[in-house]
Amino acid sequence: MAGTQVPMRLRPLHYFWATFRRQWRSDISTTFLTPVLYLASIGAGLGSFIKGGQVLASLGGEDYLSFVAPALLVTTAMQVAVSRSTYDVYGCKNWWSGAYRSMLAAPLSVGDIVTGHLAWVAARVGLASAFYLAVSAAFGAVHSPAAAADLVVGPVVGLAFAAPIIAYAITVRHEQPFVMIFRLVMVPLFLFSGTFFPLSQLPTGLRYIAYVLPLWHGVELSRGLYQGSLGAWPALGHLAYLVVVIAVGSMAASRTYRKELAP
Amino acid sequence: MSSPAPRVGVTVASPRFARPAALVGRNLMVQKAVPYVWATGLVEPVFYLLSIGVGIGHLVGKMPGPNGAEVPYAAFVAPALLASSAMNGAVYECTTNIFDKLHWAKIYRGVVATPLTPRDIAVAEVASAVVRSALYSAAFLVAMAVLSGTRSPWALLALPCAVLVGLAFAACGFMSACYMRSWTDFDKVMLVQMPLFLFSATFYPLSVFPRWLQLLVEAAPLYQGVAACRELCLGQPSWDIIGHLAYLAALAGAAMAISTRRATKLLTP
Repeated sequence: MAGTQVPMRLRPLHYFWATFRRQWRSDISTTFLTPVLYLASIGAGLGSFIKGGQVLASLGGEDYLSFVAPALLVTTAMQVAVSRSTYDVYGCKNWWSGAYRSMLAAPLSVGDIVTGHLAWVAARVGLASAFYLAVSAAFGAVHSPAAAADLVVGPVVGLAFAAPIIAYAITVRHEQPFVMIFRLVMVPLFLFSGTFFPLSQLPTGLRYIAYVLPLWHGVELSRGLYQGSLGAWPALGHLAYLVVVIAVGSMAASRTYRKELAP
Repeated sequence: MSSPAPRVGVTVASPRFARPAALVGRNLMVQKAVPYVWATGLVEPVFYLLSIGVGIGHLVGKMPGPNGAEVPYAAFVAPALLASSAMNGAVYECTTNIFDKLHWAKIYRGVVATPLTPRDIAVAEVASAVVRSALYSAAFLVAMAVLSGTRSPWALLALPCAVLVGLAFAACGFMSACYMRSWTDFDKVMLVQMPLFLFSATFYPLSVFPRWLQLLVEAAPLYQGVAACRELCLGQPSWDIIGHLAYLAALAGAAMAISTRRATKLLTP
C-alpha cells in the first residue's frame, strides 16, 4: 500500500493495515467464527426444533435457518464495527498506541483521520461479511444471487454504527462507557431487531423503537437479498435511512475529533 | 492490633482471611465508583432470557426436559442461561481486568509490597468475581421466576450451583490472565467461551448431537452447570448433580492451584 498516489484521507489505512498484519490471526478467529457458531447452534441446532426445520408462515415462508442467517450477517457487521470504533479510537487517541497524534504530526488533517478510520472499519466489515456470506451459502441458507449485494449492505450497516460511535468514543476519558455501549446498545439490538424472531412478536411500543434503530433496516435489507425478494422502493428506503445516519454521524465525528485532537 | 484490618468492608479476625479481604475491599471501593457497570450487568442476561426464552420460545413451543416430559421452552432455556451468565460474568471479570492490573496498571506491584502474597491476590480476585456473579445470579433467578414461571423450591439450590459455576470460571479466568502476553490473546479466551456458551446443551437437549459430540459436550465444564441448574430449576433433581458439582469444584481447585503458582512466579522479584 505504499506510494505517494494514495489520497491523504486514506493514508491512515497504512497504520491500521500494519497493526492488522500483526494481529489478524486472533482478530479473525473471533470476528469470523462467532457468527458461524451462532448460525450452527441457533440457526441449524435450535432451528431443527422449530417445526422440524420446515418452512413457517410466521417467518415469511422460510425455515428457521434461512430466517436467522441473513440477520447474523448484519449483526456481525454491527459487532465488528462497534468493537473497531470504541477501544481502537480510545487507543489511537491516548498513550495506548497514540497513533492519532503521530498522524497529526504528519501532513494528515483531522478530517483525514476520521475518514481513514471509518474506511478501515468498512474494510474490516466487508471482509467479515464476505467470509460469512460464503459460510452461510455452504449451510444452504442463501436462496438468491442477490445476496452478493450484502457485501455492500454489511459495510453500510457497519458505518451507520461506527460513525456516531467514533464521534462519541473520541470524547471519553476512560474506557468504562464502552461496556455500556456493548450492554445497552449492542446486546439489545442483537437480540431484538427481528434477528431471532419476527418483530411482529414484539409489543407495539417496542416495535416502533426497533424501526427507528439502524440494525432493523440492515436486517430487512439482508433478508430480502438472501431470499431475492427485496423490492426496489423498500431497498432505497432502508439504504437512505442508513446513509443519513452515516452522514450525521460523520459530521458529528468531524466536530468532536476536531475539538479533541486540535493542538 | 495484631491482624491487619482492611480499611474498607468487613473486619476479619484471622490474617489468613483478612489479607485477601483487604483486596476484596479495595475492589469493592473501585467498583463503587462505576455503579452503572454493576447495574447493567444485571440487565444483560435478562435481555437474553426475553429474546431467546420468550421470543424464540414462541416459535419453539415445548422442549423435552431432563426426565423426558415436555416443558415450555422458556423454562427449559432459562436455567441454562443462568449457568452461562455465571460463566460469562466470571470470565469477563477475571480476564481483561486481571491482565490490566498485572501488566498495565501494575496494581499488584503495590499489593505485593504489603503483607499480601500472590496467593492472597488470586484468592481475593476470584472471591470478588464470585461475589459479583452471585449477585447477578440471584437477580437472574428472580427474573426467571417472573418470566418463565419457575416454581419448584429446588430452584433455590440453583443459586449455589450457579455460584460454583462462577467460582470455577473465575479461577480459570484468573489462570488464563496470568498466562496472557497481549490484549489480542483474549480473543483466544473468546474462542473457548463462545463454543461453550453455544454448544453446552444450552438451547436444546443433548440428544441433537451425534454420539461423539455428546461425549465431548458432557466432558465440557459449562455443561455441568447447565445440567445441574436445569434439573434443579425444573424440579427434577437426580444424583448426577453430585457429579456435576464435584467436577466444577475440582476444576476450581486445580485452576486456583495453577493460578497461585503462576502469580507467584510473575510477582516475586
